[in-house]
Amino acid sequence: MSDILVHIELTRSGHVGAAARGLLAAAARLGTPIALTVSDVPLATEAVARLGELGAVRVHAVTSDATQAILATPLVDALGAAVAAYAPAAVLLSGSADGREAAGRLAVRAGGVLLADVVDVAAHDGQIIAEHSVFGGSFTVHAVADGGLPIITVRQGAIDEQAPAAIPELLKADMPAPPGNQAAVLSFSPAPETSARPELRGAATVVSGGRGIGSEANFALVEQLADALGGAVGASRAAVDAGYIAQTAQVGQTGVTVAPQLYIALGISGAIQHRAGMQSSKTIVAINQDEDAPIFEVADLGIVGDVFTVVPQVIELLKNRT
Amino acid sequence: MKIAVLIKQVPDTWEERRIDAATGLLDRAANDPVVDEITERALELALTVKDRDKSTEIVVVTMGPGEATKAVRKALSMGADSGIHILDDSLAGADLLLTASNLAAALRDIGADLFIAGNESTDGRAGMVPAMVAEHLGLPMLGSLVSAEIGSGKASGERQTEAGSQMVEAALPAMLTITERFPEARFPNFKGIMGAKRKPVATVPARGATPASRSRVLDVTERPPRSAGRKLIDDGSAAAGLVDFLAAQRLI
Ligand SMILES: Cc1cc2nc3c(=O)[nH]c(=O)nc-3n(C[C@H](O)[C@H](O)[C@H](O)COP(=O)(O)OP(=O)(O)OC[C@H]3O[C@@H](n4cnc5c(N)ncnc54)[C@H](O)[C@@H]3O)c2cc1C
Repeated sequence: MSDILVHIELTRSGHVGAAARGLLAAAARLGTPIALTVSDVPLATEAVARLGELGAVRVHAVTSDATQAILATPLVDALGAAVAAYAPAAVLLSGSADGREAAGRLAVRAGGVLLADVVDVAAHDGQIIAEHSVFGGSFTVHAVADGGLPIITVRQGAIDEQAPAAIPELLKADMPAPPGNQAAVLSFSPAPETSARPELRGAATVVSGGRGIGSEANFALVEQLADALGGAVGASRAAVDAGYIAQTAQVGQTGVTVAPQLYIALGISGAIQHRAGMQSSKTIVAINQDEDAPIFEVADLGIVGDVFTVVPQVIELLKNRT
Repeated sequence: MKIAVLIKQVPDTWEERRIDAATGLLDRAANDPVVDEITERALELALTVKDRDKSTEIVVVTMGPGEATKAVRKALSMGADSGIHILDDSLAGADLLLTASNLAAALRDIGADLFIAGNESTDGRAGMVPAMVAEHLGLPMLGSLVSAEIGSGKASGERQTEAGSQMVEAALPAMLTITERFPEARFPNFKGIMGAKRKPVATVPARGATPASRSRVLDVTERPPRSAGRKLIDDGSAAAGLVDFLAAQRLI
């Protein structure tokens, strides 16, 4: 079977990042998964073991002093060298900010073909077929790379699967810092750990709040309902722009695309750009004062009412059930 | 300082957008074309530099069909000084590689100190073209910025990623990509609209190397539209109705 090179993002503390599981599962469907990591200190033994659990048959661990201090290029250098060494049948990366930049640069350098924002992959007659979900899930498109190395970025949270475990072979490599004018990282502040709440991407339940929530303090109501349902918290762009919540919670056209089992929209009008990020949800519930709000056009259950009246009652009823 | 801003014409997100099932390409006839909002914000960033220092020269660059000239004209009416429109039938349906190689070819010789683009477009959403252009031109890139400071010899800003935020910096020339957290663009005024007519727009053919390989669409399927379900007007019992609904759907 041919090798599939998978870039694994590590957390600041050197742990295997959340995207690894789905990426390695996708790779295992296409061939033999080789996990590539780039870090400033040698990869921890437990990270190697974790990658094995997630299906990596080989771990190619690159150390480079420059990884924390220089954006993108150390990773692109490492990917370029690994592509030359393994001649893989495909390269898989997460569709994160870092993954996208690395994929784009690698495609130019290595002459590959980009398949971007992919939600699923399959091998068919020796060809790798990528599935894209376009315009808020309105269209499903299958595409292939004609004649070149497919470089695939996978939408975060899209593949919820785990490959069979393997006992990985570890291969270590060192890499010099890239020369020339580079983008420097001066400082880093990690995103706040969102307690026990699930990640927005891939969550089974998402509760989102919009401008109708009215203030940052009121947004606690959205969080309380999310917690009562064990769900993640989302928001409309208007709520993010108004500073009620961090932009990482934005659902929609220019935010995160979610497709949970249950999506609850609170005080969200349902502008087309918001719907683009959530209309593939299995079940949609909306609470809005305005009977004519467009969100009701896609809601399985719509409640015309005041969120400040209805939501506290719902939270109370949920509490009483358990 | 000379700033090149990459702008893109996209179908208006306020309408349903369509893909032509036969070609696998965007159905351009289905929507009004507009300048992608994020690229307008990118231009706004360049214009704020020019507001401070009138000697700043702003070139807007786009690749697209004939009607994309309108996007360039709009940018000129907002305050850009000149435009480059890459227009070539051979580029219809261009994939990321072909797009990036042609943008890079047009940008290579204009001698810009700074290149500004949106972090992703609302139609493609790949979010890779600026990085690819940067790679072609050998530039460092400060991507996914939520704020930026532009000095004479360097640019810096805050970069937002899934993992957190970074303060980043690069010596010029460099590529910046901005997110929609940047301020909205100004509107063209009457003087700007009149003045735009006299500003130069160079229409240039494809000059980028054609990559040996490309992506190809196999098939397109459209999802049936969603329909509205039940609607309850809250008379005090809607909360109970909601909880019953969730229980019946086995969602709680
Ligand atoms: C290029 C582009 C990209 C965009 N990307 C996104 C995106 O990714 N995500 C996104 O969300 N938007 C996006 N937008 C913005 C989008 O067009 C809307 O402006 C936005 O979604 C509106 O957010 P909202 O529904 O919270 O606010 P509003 O439209 O102001 O709606 C607020 C709603 O709250 C209701 N309400 C008020 N008070 C109460 C109450 N007490 N109880 C119940 N209901 C109440 C009102 O009836 C109203 O319907 C984008 C726009 C553009 C042009």
